Amino acid sequence: MKELSLNILDVAENSVKAGASLTQILLTEQGNVLTLEIVDDGCGMSEDIVRSVTDPFYTTRTTRKVGMGIPLLKLACEQTDGSLAISSVTQESDPVNHGTHVTATFHTDHIDFTPLGDVSASVLTLIQGHPDTDFLFRHQRDGKSVELDTRELREVLEDVPLNSYDVMEWIRGSLQEQYEMLS
Amino acid sequence: MKSLAELQAIKNRMKDRVVLRDGMEGARVVVGMATCGIAAGARPVLNAFVEGVNKEGLEGKVSVTQTGCIGICQYEPVVEVFEPGKEKVTYVKMNPEKAQEVIEKHLKGGQVVSEYTIGAVAV
Repeated sequence: MKELSLNILDVAENSVKAGASLTQILLTEQGNVLTLEIVDDGCGMSEDIVRSVTDPFYTTRTTRKVGMGIPLLKLACEQTDGSLAISSVTQESDPVNHGTHVTATFHTDHIDFTPLGDVSASVLTLIQGHPDTDFLFRHQRDGKSVELDTRELREVLEDVPLNSYDVMEWIRGSLQEQYEMLS
Repeated sequence: MKSLAELQAIKNRMKDRVVLRDGMEGARVVVGMATCGIAAGARPVLNAFVEGVNKEGLEGKVSVTQTGCIGICQYEPVVEVFEPGKEKVTYVKMNPEKAQEVIEKHLKGGQVVSEYTIGAVAV
């Protein structure tokens, strides 16, 4: 992956596939440490599956026998001396508070740090493909933050789909404005 | 600042159009967005289709959607075009420029861009 934002897009797709109604994408920068969290309220995974998702030869897909999403994210953080952690609660074990929490930490001053890239484009791609699920995106840096919560937008839009072109353009503009204030 | 009032105005404008979309039976453009597709550059390809379809005024006739791995990862980014009553067309090794050409020639003009289809690229 050329940008971390592509890993984010890829791994967040797993949350949607797990039936999440809300997927949170949280980026926190503190000094030279970047923390990425992807938190969902989907069906969750058993301990055995959590152990095996970092193995490239484990996958839920049926078209071929390899799954590179989590292994590529693990590689991207570990090559900066960072780490990856996954915790998950299955729907069977807790019908109320279930879901998966992926945490990846990166050292941004490491020579092998992959640039973050266009995170807004990934958030927009997720919304375009899954207009009926909710996303909370928050990027924090030096006490300032960029934030987008589709639940708030949905309240205004009612039955107008989130992936309508004009709505997507509004979201793109909103994120761009917020990023200009962040830098 | 982009305000929620602005969003409200978009909603009021869109309300009538939503009904039209529900009953449409046009072409469907499906972009493969699994790990393989994303790594090969599917995100800008999807973006080019979403933008191009809107720019050409095709939004009432063409829908752009995403799917997982189609199973031909070596040919990603892969884009499938489904049209009612016609055979599916599979475009492979796509990029935003090729997407623009497909919008103009195929979605607008009705002519399949054969050179980008899997039949022409696969050996």
